[in-house]
Amino acid sequence: MNVKVLCFAALREETGFRERDVAVEEGSTIGDLWKRLQEEFESLRSVPMPLVAVNETYAAAGEVLRPGDEVALIPPVAGG
Amino acid sequence: MSFLTYDEIDHESLIREVLRDRDGAVCFFAGVVRDHHEGKSVSAIDYEAYESMAEKEIGKVMTEVEQEHPEVSLRVVHRLGHLIVGDTSIAIAASSPHRAEAFEACRKVIDRVKETVPIWKKEYGPDGTSWVGWQGSRPDEATDA
Repeated sequence: MNVKVLCFAALREETGFRERDVAVEEGSTIGDLWKRLQEEFESLRSVPMPLVAVNETYAAAGEVLRPGDEVALIPPVAGG
Repeated sequence: MSFLTYDEIDHESLIREVLRDRDGAVCFFAGVVRDHHEGKSVSAIDYEAYESMAEKEIGKVMTEVEQEHPEVSLRVVHRLGHLIVGDTSIAIAASSPHRAEAFEACRKVIDRVKETVPIWKKEYGPDGTSWVGWQGSRPDEATDA
């Protein structure tokens, strides 16, 4: 199944993409997706797992993904 | 109503919008781009947001603070894009019949917005650009610093 991965700020620059569809196995968690991205992008291997939002809501690493989910990787926020 | 803008923030209009006849106080806060950060000079900042989620997260903060201070009327606007020293990045107006609640609500909004809203800033300094909060989150680089 595919999920849509969004990268912002420093993570966008590390991966070189802002948005892309990523294929993961059924039943994959957010943590599984992060490992998959670390395999693909060498620059992410030294990065601790960031906060993640699924469909615009913060979610825990153990949450199971569903087809078509919008998964945003959220580096440390710095608004204000 | 959107909480985000790419345009200059008009302080006066925010205050006018928030004030009601029953208010005896309005507390206004502006976050401004300063010329330094952690010992380095800063000339400009790019603000980037996950806009759809940032709108929701700011909305949650506003709802929470409105529930905690039902007498207070609130407005907040966060600016995105390329800002230079002296530009307002965020403005908050809180009005209330009495001043204590206006001060308290205004402070809560800025503190909570900084905690949860997916907005990032890239600072322009003498050594190039850097994302605020990023380097410290990477153990390999943090030990070099």
